Amino acid sequence: MKITPKVTQSFAWCICWIAGMTTIAFLIIIVGYVFVNGIGSISWEFLTTNPRGGLKGEGGILSAIAGTVYLIILTLIIALPMGIGAAIYLAEYSSNNLFTRIVRFGVESLAGIPSIVFGLFGFALFVIALGFNFSILSGSMTLACLCLPVIIRTCEEAIKTVPVTLREASLSLGATRWQTITNVVLPAAIPGIVTSIILTVGRVVEETACLYVTMGGSSNMPTSIWSNARTLSLHLYYLAMETTAINKALATGVILITIIIILNFSTRWLSNRFISLYQGNGGK
Amino acid sequence: MASIIVAGRKREFHRISDSFWQYAVYIFGASSFLILFLIALFIVREGYPAFVKIGIWQFISGTTWDVADNIYGILPMIIGTLYVTIGALIISVPLGIFTAIFLTDVAPIKLRSAMRPAIELLVGIPSVVYGLVGMLILVPIIQKFGQGSGDSILAASIVLAVMVLPTIVSITEDSILAVPRSYREGALSLGATRWQMIWHVLIPAARPGIIASIILGMGRAIGETMAMIMVIGNSIIIPDSIFSSARTLTGTLALELKYAAGLHWNALFATGVVLFVLILILNSIGLIMLHGRSK
Amino acid sequence: MAMHYKIEIKDLNFYYGKCQALKNINMDVYKNRITALIGPSGCGKTTLLRLLNRMCDMVHDIHIDGEVLLDGQNIFDKSVDVVELRKKVGMVFQQPNPFPKSVFENVAYGPKMLGVNNKNSLIEIVEQSLKKAALWDEVKDSLHKSGVSLSGGQQQRLCIARVLAVNPQVILMDEPCSSLDPTSTLKIEELMIELKRDYTVVIVTHNMQQAARVSDYTGFMLLGELIEYAPTRELFNVPKDKRCEDYITGRFG
Repeated sequence: MKITPKVTQSFAWCICWIAGMTTIAFLIIIVGYVFVNGIGSISWEFLTTNPRGGLKGEGGILSAIAGTVYLIILTLIIALPMGIGAAIYLAEYSSNNLFTRIVRFGVESLAGIPSIVFGLFGFALFVIALGFNFSILSGSMTLACLCLPVIIRTCEEAIKTVPVTLREASLSLGATRWQTITNVVLPAAIPGIVTSIILTVGRVVEETACLYVTMGGSSNMPTSIWSNARTLSLHLYYLAMETTAINKALATGVILITIIIILNFSTRWLSNRFISLYQGNGGK
Repeated sequence: MASIIVAGRKREFHRISDSFWQYAVYIFGASSFLILFLIALFIVREGYPAFVKIGIWQFISGTTWDVADNIYGILPMIIGTLYVTIGALIISVPLGIFTAIFLTDVAPIKLRSAMRPAIELLVGIPSVVYGLVGMLILVPIIQKFGQGSGDSILAASIVLAVMVLPTIVSITEDSILAVPRSYREGALSLGATRWQMIWHVLIPAARPGIIASIILGMGRAIGETMAMIMVIGNSIIIPDSIFSSARTLTGTLALELKYAAGLHWNALFATGVVLFVLILILNSIGLIMLHGRSK
Repeated sequence: MAMHYKIEIKDLNFYYGKCQALKNINMDVYKNRITALIGPSGCGKTTLLRLLNRMCDMVHDIHIDGEVLLDGQNIFDKSVDVVELRKKVGMVFQQPNPFPKSVFENVAYGPKMLGVNNKNSLIEIVEQSLKKAALWDEVKDSLHKSGVSLSGGQQQRLCIARVLAVNPQVILMDEPCSSLDPTSTLKIEELMIELKRDYTVVIVTHNMQQAARVSDYTGFMLLGELIEYAPTRELFNVPKDKRCEDYITGRFG
């Protein structure tokens, strides 16, 4: 058979299809395996009792759920103001000078640092040096550093999308620049800010390495930010590596994946709504 | 017309507020860089004694990591990381590029919009879940059909490949889509088949972006921790085959940090320095290539 | 004599970086009259308008020679508070730009920023401003509706009401009707004539017929210079400068 360009193309098309299908297959295998094998172990008891420890991995995941929730809230409280502030700087006050380039370098580089290095830093600074010990607080502060670039990037985008004409209108009415930012620009950028919150929540749920060395991993119900605690992903790790309760590990996996799916859908839905908010000129 | 009582005090407050914030935002802006600097500061401060006591070259090329005897050399871990990363890239780069082409030019439109959220999902799945699935599916298969216990470089490479895949796919996809329409139209109007256009025109034009995606993917691979610990075996040896167990730089940090003291502690931080520098360089190169592609 | 000039522009030269956008402008704007600026695109009329409430400050790298006196005081003087100035000299933009807030919040925005907190005062101010802008009857039952959900013409009147709420002395309008349909345009032109009783109005317009209909004084600009400035009837019937005549008769622009 003569190898004509058409033949090559058919061959290449095959390869592309195989590649595409393989990628999807990975997803289906991973999610499918976890769901099929894990969903059976999810029960009301599973969701509402604390892990009891032991080689058999007795108990449920309640304290892990609590730990995750507390971690999310505390991380957001720490990181969101800093991130929005930096985004305001980049979107409204920065000009093309050395300082701005340093700032951007900082944001981009921080985004690429692996989680375990943040863990190293968090362990040395928060757990040991500042004496917070293994705690939700150490975990959140570490995680806040890690999540900062995501918040900054997303919020900067959101702020930049607010039309210049709105700023002009506000300034021409006699408002100061800061008033304009807080009363017009930020409210208009809220969909984007909410997106950054959702992305951060996703990141917190996903993260394991840096928390492994800053949170302690206790299976007890956390009672304050100083509590030694664990998150769902940490719990999965402990179950998988230290017990025989693989079914429960898989069940935890189901919960984790479900959370991620919900978060992803929310982000998409929100971006679509955001776009229609601005086509609102003259009609809703 | 009701006169506006321009409350003098309030106006004064807003004026002062405005001036204050004008300067305060600079601090917020610098926060990322400050954190980056702090991280560097801490890990260098804690790792420096190891470099001094052991000697940088000794540390990096030493093949023994023995906590009991206080001997620290990270070569086995470097090699472990290297093998796993290369293995992951061998799988994910061709797969990623062809998947990207699939998404931009081959797949029917409906399939494309269905696949994108799917790939986003792959990014969001926690690394421990990847590790778990690897442990439960891959490791037994390798144990059965290969050699050893199954916890191996092969298992780790495959798991890592799946984790890095979305990065390569999305950046490559963006790079291909960024190629000007005129290139496409020019090639097609000369009688080239679509595949010829893609392979001989689009891909070369998108090359900087593709290379950037590989470099950034490499950065993520090197930095991955939990999934690696779960499937690689964690033996501190220089691996001699893909079925061999091994340990990564990141794995050492996670497994030993909580209980370290003295020189061990310093050595771990020194390992952190090596990781930090490596990734910083890789990511900077990747980002420069990404932003530098202007066509 | 200077008292019935609201704004006096003396020897004004304005530079964006190295480029000179306005050359030697000398113009007096009369109090409680409508003054129009006409001229082809790029002639500098919008630039001049935006100087009057120092919106030009938003751009970096600008340079100003000369003076603009508002009630005898140079607005570029260091001691002048820009924020106060903008309260006195309000602006309505070419594209209506209501905030994505309710109609009430839009109009109440200015007074709130200036420090008015009393709920009753705000309600009164909003009502009066909307009445003056001839919009009250159309929105009085839906003050909580979003500003962006109104029609184009209503949005522009909302923007006018918003400016009126801060009780300015001068109202600047930058081609306020260019994005509106003829009916809305007519309504706004009627509004302008009402407004000049209490305010000094300066408008920039592309539409010569509009300038002729509505304004008392007209200035023709070309390439950054004020070529001719006279009472409207005079400028349109017996233009002194040939370039002005050419523009008016449609030979260019």
